[in-house]
Amino acid sequence: MKMHYGAPIIVGLVIFVGALCAPFVVGMAVTKTYKQPELKMPANEKECVESKEFMREKHMQLLNDWRDWALRDGKRIYTNHAGKEFTISLQNTCMKCHISKADFCDKCHTDAGVSPYCWDCHIQPEGLK
Amino acid sequence: MNALYSLLFVFLLVLIPLFGVDAAHMKTIFGVCIPITAFIIFLLGFIYKVVNWGRSAVPFRIPTTGGQFKSFDPVLFKQNKYDCPQTGAQTFVRMVLEVFAFRSLFRNTEASLHETKGGPVVAYKSSKWLWLFAITFHYSFFIIALRHLRLFLEPVPFFVNGLEFVDGLLQIGAPTMYLADIGLVAGVLLLLGRRMINPRVNYISYVSDYFPLFLILAIALSGVYMRYFAMVDVIAIKELTMGLVTFNYHIPETIDVSFFVHVFLVSVLMVYFPFSKLMHLPGVFLSPTRNMPNDTRAKHHVNPWNDPNIKAHSYADYEKHFGPAMAEAGLPLDNPENAGAEEKA
Ligand code: HEC
Ligand code: HEC
Ligand code: HEC
Repeated sequence: MKMHYGAPIIVGLVIFVGALCAPFVVGMAVTKTYKQPELKMPANEKECVESKEFMREKHMQLLNDWRDWALRDGKRIYTNHAGKEFTISLQNTCMKCHISKADFCDKCHTDAGVSPYCWDCHIQPEGLK
Repeated sequence: MNALYSLLFVFLLVLIPLFGVDAAHMKTIFGVCIPITAFIIFLLGFIYKVVNWGRSAVPFRIPTTGGQFKSFDPVLFKQNKYDCPQTGAQTFVRMVLEVFAFRSLFRNTEASLHETKGGPVVAYKSSKWLWLFAITFHYSFFIIALRHLRLFLEPVPFFVNGLEFVDGLLQIGAPTMYLADIGLVAGVLLLLGRRMINPRVNYISYVSDYFPLFLILAIALSGVYMRYFAMVDVIAIKELTMGLVTFNYHIPETIDVSFFVHVFLVSVLMVYFPFSKLMHLPGVFLSPTRNMPNDTRAKHHVNPWNDPNIKAHSYADYEKHFGPAMAEAGLPLDNPENAGAEEKA
């Protein structure tokens, strides 16, 4: 049996399937191969506040806790799992070691499609935006 | 019972990747093979179903209308353009409103029985809850699906970033709480609750009604768990997902098992989709009761599926043909001459 209303149905199908397959086309034509971003690591430091795995996955949670501890509980010293103490501060602790926001934080965040709003108020090491 | 079976089945589905990845270390199977296969089944199944629908006969104009037809006195009886569309343009507007605003659900009514002195009385009142639940659910689902493009496109396009910003507008916590996550979980729970609590809906609900709801709930909860509780390594996951779209498969070691549970459930949804009630996604566009202008009284429609070899037989011809037999049976004839038609011939 023929398709009497064939044209609009086929056009609709092509649009739908095309939209679903677009990431493959973009992946092949634009991205080609994807590699995790290369981060500029602190030159003369070996360890972060916590383990590398923890920082990669949970740094936002840590920052959120830091913010609450510092501003709500007035607790400005953080002791990490190894017993080492850090001053709780985004600008003066994190960014003292990670001296470039653009070459560190932003690298991951651009890829992950997030843009933390922290820098609306906090000053990034590169200076004001 | 139907709800319970569906729930148990979804639990089983969660266990498969839990064991497969954690105990059996089949990361490639769960991270690459299953999702790709599911995607192909989804595409082919979807196309097959839609083409099959497109090939089936739609002999009549059967739009369902909910308003005034264009009348002899347009001042007194104004045409209801979008509930009784009579042109292609009006039908288009009707379809757009249907697809984007679920307009026909908005007109949902609820019947109730009231005891009065004069006996029981039936009352109908507008009931917008279903519409509210449905629209929350669908838009949340759509936004979440679009947001996932951040994992499949590099560079991330502007609208995905914009969506991320709007969705996280409340800036609660870190990672920021997404409004659509709340909307999706709340929407599914409300739709599920409606099915289980409302006795009339409950009575007509099958496993095929509960299962997709539980499955989508499980998908949403596993996603929420990944993002807010397990806090999986998004960059490593992006390496995996970008591997899928660039056909360059690689599975980083650091990915948490919750990711594989999530992906497995989504794969099940993709495989299930073309063969389930979820096909109302293309179905809404192909509904003859919605997508046809109600112009049967203005235009003559010939059934396009009519066999051209079968010629029309008008009543005048019919009476000529069967006149004598009709006269014999005492049936009235328009043209009395037909009574003796055969004798003359
Ligand atoms: C004492 C210096 C120092 C401080 C302070 C510091 N970092 Fe680090 N950070 C490092 C070093 C060194 C590494 C690399 C660790 C490794 O490779 O094992 C690192 C790694 C990381 C990583 C993982 C990057 C990756 O993928 O390899 C993240 C994320 C991170 N830091 C975020 C932060 C945040 C957020 C803060 C503030 C709460 C912070 N760091 C404070 C030195 C520091
Ligand atoms: C509305 C402006 C604003 C925004 C946006 C903002 N902060 Fe802050 N933040 C402040 C102010 C003001 C303080 C108080 C500084 C103090 O008392 O030392 C502060 C303090 C902090 C502190 C503790 C003290 C210090 O010196 O760092 C942390 C940690 C922190 N913010 C993290 C964050 C993070 C992470 C984000 C993004 C998710 C963020 N902030 C977004 C204004 C802001
Ligand atoms: C290894 C890559 C990586 C590095 C390096 C990194 N981040 Fe992140 N960050 C992420 C990812 C991925 C997310 C998003 C998580 C998600 O969407 O679930 C994120 C989210 C955040 C969030 C929460 C934002 C939101 O809106 O949800 C904050 C705050 C944040 N990062 C701060 C920082 C700061 C400050 C630095 C630099 C010191 C940094 N990050 C470096 C990967 C990274």
